[in-house]
Amino acid sequence: MRSLAMKSLAVAILLAFPLLAANDDTFLIRGATVHPVAGAEIQNGSVLVKDGKIVGVGRNLAAPKSVRVIEGKGLHVYPGMIDSATQLGLSEIGSTRESVDTGELGKFDPQLRAEVAINPASEHIPVSRANGITTVISLPMSGGEGGGRRGAGAGNIIAGQAALVHLDGWTWEEMDVKKSAGMAMRIPTILTLGGRFGGDLPPEIAQRFSYTEAKKNYDTELRELREFFEEARRYQKAKAANAKGFQPDLKFEAMLPVLDGSEPLVIMANRERAIRDAVQFADQQKVHVVIADPREIGKMGPELKARNIPAILGPTLALPLHEDDPYDAAFTLPDQFFKAGVKFAFGSFDNEFVRNLPYQAATAVAFGLPYEEALKAITINPAQIWGVADKLGSIEEGKSADLMITDGDPLEAKTQVKQLFIKGKTVDLDNKQKRLYEKYLNRP
Amino acid sequence: MKLLLLAGALAASMLAAPPIVIQNATVLTVTKGTLSSGSILIRDGKIAEVGEKVNVPADATLVDASGKFVMPGIVDCHSHIAADSINEGSVSVSAMVSIEDVLNPDDIAIYRALAGGVTTANVLHGSANAIGGKCTVLKMRWGKDAHDMIFEGAMPGIKFALGENPKRAGNPTGQRVGAANVPPRYPATRMGVEDVIREAFTEAKAYQQSWKDYNEKIARGEQALAPRRDLKLEPLVEVLEGKRLVHAHCYRADEILMLLRVSDEFGFKIRTLQHVLEGYKVAKEIAEHGTGASTFSDWWAFKLEAYDAIPYNAAIMVRKGVLVSLNSDSAELMRHLNDEAAKTMKYGGLSETEALSLITINPARQLMIDNRVGSIEAGKDADLTIFDKHPLSNFSKVEKVYIDGQLYFDRDHDLAERPGHDAEKKKLLDKENEQQRRPAPGVGRRPAA
Repeated sequence: MRSLAMKSLAVAILLAFPLLAANDDTFLIRGATVHPVAGAEIQNGSVLVKDGKIVGVGRNLAAPKSVRVIEGKGLHVYPGMIDSATQLGLSEIGSTRESVDTGELGKFDPQLRAEVAINPASEHIPVSRANGITTVISLPMSGGEGGGRRGAGAGNIIAGQAALVHLDGWTWEEMDVKKSAGMAMRIPTILTLGGRFGGDLPPEIAQRFSYTEAKKNYDTELRELREFFEEARRYQKAKAANAKGFQPDLKFEAMLPVLDGSEPLVIMANRERAIRDAVQFADQQKVHVVIADPREIGKMGPELKARNIPAILGPTLALPLHEDDPYDAAFTLPDQFFKAGVKFAFGSFDNEFVRNLPYQAATAVAFGLPYEEALKAITINPAQIWGVADKLGSIEEGKSADLMITDGDPLEAKTQVKQLFIKGKTVDLDNKQKRLYEKYLNRP
Repeated sequence: MKLLLLAGALAASMLAAPPIVIQNATVLTVTKGTLSSGSILIRDGKIAEVGEKVNVPADATLVDASGKFVMPGIVDCHSHIAADSINEGSVSVSAMVSIEDVLNPDDIAIYRALAGGVTTANVLHGSANAIGGKCTVLKMRWGKDAHDMIFEGAMPGIKFALGENPKRAGNPTGQRVGAANVPPRYPATRMGVEDVIREAFTEAKAYQQSWKDYNEKIARGEQALAPRRDLKLEPLVEVLEGKRLVHAHCYRADEILMLLRVSDEFGFKIRTLQHVLEGYKVAKEIAEHGTGASTFSDWWAFKLEAYDAIPYNAAIMVRKGVLVSLNSDSAELMRHLNDEAAKTMKYGGLSETEALSLITINPARQLMIDNRVGSIEAGKDADLTIFDKHPLSNFSKVEKVYIDGQLYFDRDHDLAERPGHDAEKKKLLDKENEQQRRPAPGVGRRPAA
């Protein structure tokens, strides 16, 4: 009797399994509060997913026959969150050089592709997505950890191509959303302390320059940058003209999408003056620019707005740039950008805190940013900035089913992410940290 | 005599300060539950009454806190603000130096910490050596001088450090770029770190004995030569005698256990393990030892010894009976310890009160100042923080902060002052620019002396 029951159970499982497996990326979530970001929230709403794509959003969607149903009563559905600046997959342990691949040697490295160096088995990936992050920009960083800090790559002006990747896949190819979502660059600045982290280094290590030297370095770098772009344009012309004796060059080849405006230059510019230089540079070169990690806006709001230049804002929970800045300067920066009419998305510029992306947005709300804008800055705005708004960033028909089911507002730390889907596929929310938690909580 | 009179006059003026009543607030007492519409009477810098109803003296200043949340001022058990230097890293034992000697009351980080609701901080020596310098507990009395910032009566501390930081200076492969000409310093391994501590306490015990012997001889009326004072060993003797609290920077489970065993061997207590990112692996041993743990909410992977750090660390240790606090170790993180506490509700399922305890009463207990601060109870110092929303919500912000019943931070005041500050700055900059344009009188600009 028992064995018969077991047998029939086994048969049932065998029968059910192929069906379920085939339909893993086809399902209906119903009875949840749906927050599409594009449009108002839907109480008692449903999201229908077929073959990894959203095919229906609304109230009382009928479940097609035999489709898997996920009951969402008391739960919320949001689009998966997008972090617009990370080093995920490129860096494992910040202080251990061997595990860091963020900053290469050389001043102009547009040919470098972050995507090929993304370690899909990085422990940071499951840790980040456990809190609802489904997509990230992983970018090479001049002066990044393991780059500038450890010696290599400190001098990068163009650091390489940033990749937009899904946080799911056996290989970086499977993770790929957009191989070259942007070209990472820093605008030269007048630096009297060496490197981006100069201020953090002990004085015996930090290089110090006099103002005159620093100004000279700045002028030199700006000239080199202009020259590099001029050369790239000559290459572009020679290639277009099929010039005699034309030789392919990987660096200049990589610059072609930047020059024709199809790939944005992602320019690191912290201070107002650097932002101004970056805007001027964009004007001169007539390229498409994204400002990365601005720490102040100053008078640049109207300039950025007039040119439709968006920004990737770094951590909201940051110290003010200057000693005499208001204590909440960084907390209010997102609202300052919003009020100036500049489109922006949030980026953690980090690995260990990618999971805290929604709290970056929440603090901005505490200090003035409208809630809807904060949510947009981690969903639809980044999708637009990175040119994938047709696929990602909101719960709309035709988009990739990158969804998270939560028990509350994802911008609140106490909220739990209950389920996560990337391209309609259920993503495992387990990670190294949860395993250690369970193991040691149960230590006798 | 004059001084005494002056002190008396000061005390009288303190007494004369009108009482304050904070009314209609959600009061998160932390130790005595939550009042949904509570009031707090502050008199002479102390909490005089807490309740649904309190006496309202005729001369009281009334603070309407309808819709707001009052919690105890936040206590940060690990900070390096308000100090001009942090690390005396040239030696493996720098117990002779003291943070108290290098306090900087003008550090803007103090004001910023206040604006994040922090009222008390344990200001520690750095982690460059196995036994570091002496530490001190401060109240964030912005505007007061260094002496008046010190938390009067708080037990003094000393910093220990294990793992990567103390061994870095001796590790030939771990040297930082540009530091290759720095001669190595013992220790270079975790084995050496243990040895440094054991050597130091072996010396301290001998030193303690030499004073005991001397005092006994004197007591017997014998002639004796006093031992030479040793400023390095004195604080360690205080540790042995339970007069100085040990705050030990550590990460890995092995080194945590090592320190607990070394302290057992020499008969002293480790008051707090700081960072203690793998504390969850040896929570049982930490709890058995009666040692406190002060950790980060979710920092990890910034270095190898932090690779097994988990955001559930605080929760596991709480569940296993360890006295746990969350600290900042950062002038930035210090400004949102309430957000950090909220994460322990997600990671490990702590209750609201447990989460709030991590940044109030628990660190106060760890620093042995819980008779004064860490909860909203009658008789305690009126160190209070008023939030506009529940402090465990990421949408909340600090509106007012009281220390000893005095308003030290007021967001409205801060906002109102800004135009004036901007105008003053502009005036100064204009003046400087003008001076730069004008040719300097008396060419050469030689200083007068």
